[in-house]
This record gives sequence, structure tokens and C-alpha cells, in this order.
Amino acid sequence: METSLSLPKASTAAEREAVADLHRVGFSYGGDPVLHEISLLIRRGDFLGIIGPNGSGKTTLLRILVGLLQPSFGQVRLFGADIRDFTEWQRIGYVPQKAVAFESRFPATVFEVVVSGRSGRAGLLRRFTDVDRDAAERALDTVGMAAFRDRRIGRLSAGQQQRVFIARALASGPELLLLDEPTVGVDPDAQEQFYSLLRRLNKELGTTLVLVSHDIGVVAQEVTQLACLNRTLVFHGSPEEAMRSGALAQLYREQSWVVAHHH
Amino acid sequence: MPEILQYGFMQRAFAAGIAIGIIAPVIGVFLVLRRLSLIADSLAHVALAGVAVGLLAGTYPLAGALVLTLLGAIGIERLRVSGRLFGEAALAIFLSGGLAVAVVVIGLAGGFTVDLFSYLFGAITAVRPGDLWLIIGLGCVVVATVAALYKELFAITFDEESARVQGIPVDTLNLVLTGLVAVTVVVAMRVVGALLTGALLVIPAATAMRLSKSFRGTVAIALACSLTAVVAGITSSFYLNIAAGGAIVLCAILLFSGTVLVRSRS
Repeated sequence: METSLSLPKASTAAEREAVADLHRVGFSYGGDPVLHEISLLIRRGDFLGIIGPNGSGKTTLLRILVGLLQPSFGQVRLFGADIRDFTEWQRIGYVPQKAVAFESRFPATVFEVVVSGRSGRAGLLRRFTDVDRDAAERALDTVGMAAFRDRRIGRLSAGQQQRVFIARALASGPELLLLDEPTVGVDPDAQEQFYSLLRRLNKELGTTLVLVSHDIGVVAQEVTQLACLNRTLVFHGSPEEAMRSGALAQLYREQSWVVAHHH
Repeated sequence: MPEILQYGFMQRAFAAGIAIGIIAPVIGVFLVLRRLSLIADSLAHVALAGVAVGLLAGTYPLAGALVLTLLGAIGIERLRVSGRLFGEAALAIFLSGGLAVAVVVIGLAGGFTVDLFSYLFGAITAVRPGDLWLIIGLGCVVVATVAALYKELFAITFDEESARVQGIPVDTLNLVLTGLVAVTVVVAMRVVGALLTGALLVIPAATAMRLSKSFRGTVAIALACSLTAVVAGITSSFYLNIAAGGAIVLCAILLFSGTVLVRSRS
């Protein structure tokens, strides 16, 4: 938020800075290949949807991008730096799958959770300052959850919790926000709110977004870039091209009605 | 001055009790929320082995306990992180392993002594001035470390992966927290004994979690419960002539039961 500024809309793809760059990335889990030769360039201002069937490696790819997993092969660069040397993690926001994120009886208020997103940025052995607390308040405002700041996190609905986790990720002012299956367990109304929030972050704040989802139809409507994954990168381009090339239908032969239904 | 505070041994008992009453619940909140409650019990048994070795070697028992417990803490954390064992299995191995070493060493030393017994069940009125300074010193180390790392420890406790993505040195801090548990256990052992140490860490934290909606509030209420239990326990042990360690833990359980009753009525 302090640092994220969108470049003029007129800039062409080639001019926009590479935010994340994967070069021939592979990942094996206990000898089984999960990802093979993935090369993918994410530019500032992109809204990339990573879709693929179960077991296609999309969550693995996201975890590699945020440094939770080390690739077995290939190279990952974030903001131009090799991920192994990357230290500016406040430029990255991560929203994990809700189910793994927390325990509902955890005693913490919404605000405590959101401001914890500033921990890395504030630095080790430093206390939170007013700057941190203001940033957390603004992040809560952005996701429309300011009225809930003193509520216990476990008492909120799934959709509200999800927005709190987005606020936590936004609190450090990230330029790149990565979300893992964010709409699982969230009701349709909250989903619509959620996507309109993402549109706003992407268009107004210029935040680069990467969204992993199995919800092909909705994602294809929302994003500007689509990556279809099935252990290898089957397709990377705009959603329109994906439709034309038949890549979506090929990937989800049995589910292709989902795409047709939305268009 | 009330009669209870006129004796030097009771003054030391209160000072030591209050020191442990401050650090145990603070560490306990983090442990309970990370589902690592059992780690305190495991390390307490390792500490017992350290005391036995110290008594056999004729050195200061708490020093032996501190060294061995810190080593045990590193071992547990290593095993847990490596993922080769489920967290609980690692804890169980250290719990029984510590006790086994203690029993063997005790046998070598020619059986139970009064001294060892006091570490098993606590002997707060036997706290010597030297013990007291060690307890207060270690207590300050624990409080200062938690205060300095509070926001990181919260972030890790709430969501370890997101903390990692923020660039927080999660593995290092987990090791630090386990080290703090080791220190706390050694201090608590003098007061309530190895067998009841876990209770002092876990029960006030569990009580507070039922009452507070915020994390900060949980820590504050756990502190209040713990200090109440310590003061009430030591006082009742003096006037009723009962074991202080047991009395403290029973007071803590009484407070916990109170919250269960109150919450189920409302």
C-alpha cells in the first residue's frame, strides 16, 4: 500500500517489470514428479489465475513461489532476485487455504491477526508502532472489515475470515498477492464480494495477483492471464486465447460445461 | 507483617512462587495454542534425570537439570521438525527416556534421597537463597525474551506458514521457544516438582482461553490465574500444613472449574 503503485495503463506487456519469473522449474516429492519444466513470467499488474485438476501441482507451484518449498530443478526469481537470496518478503502477500490457516477456538481478535501481517516488515525485536497499526487499520478498511476489528476471529463466517486473511496479507503493503484456493467454503454472495475486492486491488492499487483455484469458470472471467497446469504448463495466456485454443476444454474434458455455462 | 511472611523460608517461597507464576502461564499460552502442551511434561522428566545426575556427581542439581533439559529441548525440536516422527511420539520418547535415566542414576546412587524427592514433588519452602537468585535470573531471561519476540511468537503460533512467508526466522524462533520451555520447567520443578510442572504451564492458559477473545487478554488472564493459584496455594499450604506444589495446582484447577461452571450457566 505504501509502496504499491500501478504503472500507466498504456504500458505494454514487454515494458512492465517482471515480478516473478520461473525458469524450467521442476519439483519432485519423494521421487514422484509433481511439476515438470514450468517456465512462467508474471509481470507487474497481472492478474494470473492458476487452474488445473486435483493433483495438477497448482498449490505446489504457489508454495514454491512464496518460498515455502524449494524447487528440485530450475530457478525462481522474485523482483529480479534469486528467491534463495530474496529478503524483501514484505513485498509478497500470501493468503493460505483457509482450512489449514487456523483453529477456530484460537483467542485472537481480528485486529491482532491483521497487524501480525506486519511482523516481518516491522523487523525482529521491534515492537509495533503507530505506522504498523495504521497500516493494519487501512487494510481492514480495504477489505470492508473495519467494523469487526475487535471481534474474535473464530466467531466470523468463512467469507469474513477470508477477508481478514486478505487484510493480514495486505497489511505489509505487498506488490504481489498470492492466494491459494481462497473461495473454498465461502458462500456465493461472499464470493462475489471477494472477486470485486480482487478487481479493486488489481485495478486501483495496481497489486499483482496470483490466484490458485479449481473454479475454472469464475476464474476465467476474472483474470487477465490464465495458466493451465497439469504437472506441466499446458497453457499460458489470456482467458480468451485459452477458450479459442481449446486448452481449457482439453484440460477439463469432462468439466468443460463449466466454462461453457459461464460464457 | 502477617505471621506467614515473618519467616525467611516463606518469603523465599513466595518470591520463587511468584517468579514461576509469571513465566509459566506466558510460555504455557504459546504451548497450548500450538498443541505442544505435553512438551513441558517431557522436559520435566528430562530435568529430573539432570537432577539425578547432578546429585550423583555432587554438583548443583539445578545446573545439571538446566544443561540436560536444554539439550533435551533441542533434541525434541529437531525430531519434531525433521518430520520423521509424529510430534507426540517424539515427546513420549523423551518423557519416558528422561524418567528411565533418572531411575537408573538413582539406583546407582543408592536409592531415593530426600533431596531427590523434593525435586519430584516440589519443595518450595526448601528454596535456598542461591536457588532463589537462579530462579529470578532465569525468570527475567524468559520474560525479556518473550517480550522482545512477542509479535513474532504470535504470528508463528497463529499461522506458522504465513509467518515463514513474511520472512520471520520460524525455525530459529521455534528453537528459542523450546529453550524457554526448558528453562521454565527447570525453574518450576523447584516449586511444584517435576511431576506437576506441566500443570502450571497448561492449566492457567487453558482457563484464560475460555475467558478472553483476544490473545493479549488471554496472556493477561493466564497471568492473573497463575499468580492467584500460586499465592493461594502457598498460603493454604502454610496454614493447613499441606504440600505446596499440590495445593498450587489444585487452586489452578479450581479456577479452571469455575470458568467451566460460569460459562455453562451463561
